Amino acid sequence: MGRFFQSDLFYNLVPLLVTAALIFVVVRARRQPLWAEAYRRIGRNKIALTALGVICLYGFVALLDSIGSTDPKTQTRRTLLDRVFEKEKEKTYSAPGARMTTGEPIPSPLKAPGTHLLGTDGVGDDVLYRTLKGCRTAFIIGGLTSLIATPLALCLGLLAGYFGRRTDDAVQYTYTVLSSVPSILLLIALILVLGRGLLQICLALGITRWVGLCRLTRGETLKHRDRDYVRAARALGVSNARILARHILPNLLPVVIISVTLGFSGLILSEAILSYLGVGVGAEIGSWGNMIDAARDELARDPVIWWNLTSAATALFVLVLAFNIFGDALRDAVDPRLRSS
Amino acid sequence: MPPLLQVENLRTYFHTPRGIAKAVDGVSFQVEQGKTLAIVGESGCGKSITALSLLQLVPEPAGYIEGGRILFEGRDLLDLTWDQMRRVRGDDIAMIFQEPMTSLNPTFTIGYQLVEAMTMHGKFTGAQARQRAKDLLARVGLQDPAQALRQYPHELSGGMRQRVMIAIALSNEPKLLIADEPTTALDVTVQAQILALIRDLQREQNMGVLLITHDLGIVAETSEEVAVMYAGQIVEYGPTSAIFHEPRHPYARGLFASLPARGRRGQDLATLEGIVPPPTAWPPACRFEPRCAYRWDTCAQVPPKYHPADSDRPVRCHLYDPEIADRPARGAAPIAKEPVAPDPTVEAAR
Amino acid sequence: MLRYVLRRILYAVPILVGVALLTFVLFYASASPQSLARRNLSTRNPTQEQIQQWLKDHGYDKPLSVQFKNHVTGLLVFRFGKSDATGEPIWNRIKQGAGPSGLVASLVFLTGLTAAISFAVAVAYFRGTYVDYFGTFLCVLLMSIVFIVYVIGLQYLLGKILKYGPIAGFQTGIAAWKFVLLPVVIGVLAGLGSETRLFRTFLLDEINQDYVRTARAKGVGERAVLLRHVLKNALIPIITSTVAAIPALILGSLVLENFFGIPGLGSYLIDAINSQDFAVVRAMVYLGSILYIVGLILTDIAYALVDPRVRLE
Repeated sequence: MGRFFQSDLFYNLVPLLVTAALIFVVVRARRQPLWAEAYRRIGRNKIALTALGVICLYGFVALLDSIGSTDPKTQTRRTLLDRVFEKEKEKTYSAPGARMTTGEPIPSPLKAPGTHLLGTDGVGDDVLYRTLKGCRTAFIIGGLTSLIATPLALCLGLLAGYFGRRTDDAVQYTYTVLSSVPSILLLIALILVLGRGLLQICLALGITRWVGLCRLTRGETLKHRDRDYVRAARALGVSNARILARHILPNLLPVVIISVTLGFSGLILSEAILSYLGVGVGAEIGSWGNMIDAARDELARDPVIWWNLTSAATALFVLVLAFNIFGDALRDAVDPRLRSS
Repeated sequence: MPPLLQVENLRTYFHTPRGIAKAVDGVSFQVEQGKTLAIVGESGCGKSITALSLLQLVPEPAGYIEGGRILFEGRDLLDLTWDQMRRVRGDDIAMIFQEPMTSLNPTFTIGYQLVEAMTMHGKFTGAQARQRAKDLLARVGLQDPAQALRQYPHELSGGMRQRVMIAIALSNEPKLLIADEPTTALDVTVQAQILALIRDLQREQNMGVLLITHDLGIVAETSEEVAVMYAGQIVEYGPTSAIFHEPRHPYARGLFASLPARGRRGQDLATLEGIVPPPTAWPPACRFEPRCAYRWDTCAQVPPKYHPADSDRPVRCHLYDPEIADRPARGAAPIAKEPVAPDPTVEAAR
Repeated sequence: MLRYVLRRILYAVPILVGVALLTFVLFYASASPQSLARRNLSTRNPTQEQIQQWLKDHGYDKPLSVQFKNHVTGLLVFRFGKSDATGEPIWNRIKQGAGPSGLVASLVFLTGLTAAISFAVAVAYFRGTYVDYFGTFLCVLLMSIVFIVYVIGLQYLLGKILKYGPIAGFQTGIAAWKFVLLPVVIGVLAGLGSETRLFRTFLLDEINQDYVRTARAKGVGERAVLLRHVLKNALIPIITSTVAAIPALILGSLVLENFFGIPGLGSYLIDAINSQDFAVVRAMVYLGSILYIVGLILTDIAYALVDPRVRLE
């Protein structure tokens, strides 16, 4: 069994299953009246559709970078993306599309001149390849953290809001204490203790992120708890668990989905900041944060090495912007009362 | 001498996602000095938008005044610049609103809001304005005016706040007061006091009053003339007593029949079926036709005419248009259902 | 008023105890002191005696319960102990770093707040027009750029190319303004997008209230309506939201101080992260929480001052 979790099959199955589940949910949701109306509104919103397209494109690259097989010779796992960018490493920096290296006293010719569309970085890696590698990290950070934080926040928020009294006190005290530690400090502390790594970072981000959603869930549950339909259900002898799962939870879903979507961009931004502070994902994992962090001294060089920073920053900016725009459109479409304008 | 306020063919439209909403669509009326005109109708018929249009306070950018004339003492308010119009507001024409709970700014004291209204128009300086504010609050019936000046709106009751609103409105001795549902949100006993106050002040200052209400009960005792509004148009216009004794338009008949009356004790109160259609989808010909008990084929095809100039009791209904050949005799049995008989003895039951 | 403040401070005590507990669980219970000692001793292969000595020096040799007691009481009276890495008393460095950090952070906070409110008012004044539309879109663009890109990019643009100020270093006293100018400008610009957008929604929420209509009907001009009536009411949610700016300010000092070589608490913390100095991180986490709680209390007071409906009883 342990072997299975290490195997290529497992590593390939997970991203495919996640993608399939996502598509399934999106297709099924369309049949629900509330969501059908939201779909129609988003369908009319060209900017939102463009943003969604951009997100899907990034997601596709992340998927390409998740499926692969272990090379029997070197015993390293190589993904489809790795295979596409199968090139020899250059010696050092080279400008986009250049034929000679940069930053050496005497420039030397490149091994693959003119093929590095975005140039190469200090250790001679193709910058385009490094940038695309960042997609997977970004999606894992956003997705896995949401998967950790959302169920936690939902459970505690529902319980606190529904049962009140002691439960509510305990949950409120917990998140008040947690939110009293400024999130960036808590993140640093958690990652120092847990160690650096993708999973640890998601866990740490999850611990700092569930508070906001929990507060929201608790408030919404409080509102629904005293509504007539819940009272009626209670009077009919429906069990608490069933009321929570069947009556209250479905009413919270739109708010939760909007908040998770809008939170996604914040998570992606956090990764870059954590990398800069020296508590990000390890250097061996390709991420935009690592690229930006590595590039901070490159602007001081002569000639200026700008392409590393620009590529990573642009890739990050476009994805975050797409999530911000799509999240706003989703909010407007699902709940017109929450409209920002 | 021209009337104090003369509105001609006022049209106020709104851009909505479902198209253009003709909230006010060709409304004409006039208010004489010292007299009261009541505009009555169900919610959604365009009464409040009419009132807001007069001061050009229609919520922008969705709403806009499409056309018409608003002649105040002979000059058209729609020709004024933004700043000229600002000077008319609160000075020549003042307005009080339906919601006394939210119509005052919660973060400023009563005194500040009253004084601001006066100094805004340069008629009073600071010290004068404060003295006058105290006098006004006493005049509108606040027990301790000096203390009320220092209080915040949340410290007063709904009735007290509406009195403050009236004090603000009257602070510059306006020539015209627009009262948009001034008593709807208040208790019945307080309603009567507020109405009496408005009436007394009207007499003292010889103001014209435009009263917007859906409450027919308060119309009879406060106003000289009534305009019945439906779906953005005035459907009937005339002296209060005449309309109360004999409402002509089927909508007005329905409206007045829904008042409890001594003559019909023991009977069920009549109700109007249905609701006002949304302003983006007014029926093409007669707008009341889908709800009308007297309708016949012509009603759905030809828009009824309305001539306020020709008659002192204009009615927007084919039943009263001699040019319509196939109209049934007036007051004949309605085609669709039970007649809502016009009751000559109707009086506003109090 | 005094009673209100005192009560707020009393409320904060259980939360501070919670924070102390949290930091204890994080730092004492989950990291082995042995490995901590090994990491921080300079000699390559420390002998067992050296390790024991280090543990004793830093108080890690006592039973967990005693450590907990020392930890909590220490934090409550601001006795942070010695740095794990250098052995230097932490309190000294905090005293040194507080000045520069406070200067940069408070300038960023005040300038940023003023700028964001001004822009939000301007955008709200032109609501429904293209100015509003493009302003809002610009805000979304600005808030999609990661903070460190602002810092790296603007330092390069303003410092190296346009030479508006020195790109690193610090001096105390009046001369400090030269060195904090660029960090403050960058800090303000980085937060402008999201704050302006947020404040705009607060303003627009108020603009549709009934009392605004009343003010207009009184003949108050549009500018006075916005600047007097609407803004004063919108300040209530704006004040509430400023507490949320504290974590962002802390992040700002971390990155900006490190990048511009300002010897503040942010630089101290980054050094501590790099040398895995748990004692310093612990102290900073606690200090940050105190700052946050003090911020909350100040917010409550400011809130009560602006909104007469909040009774101070």
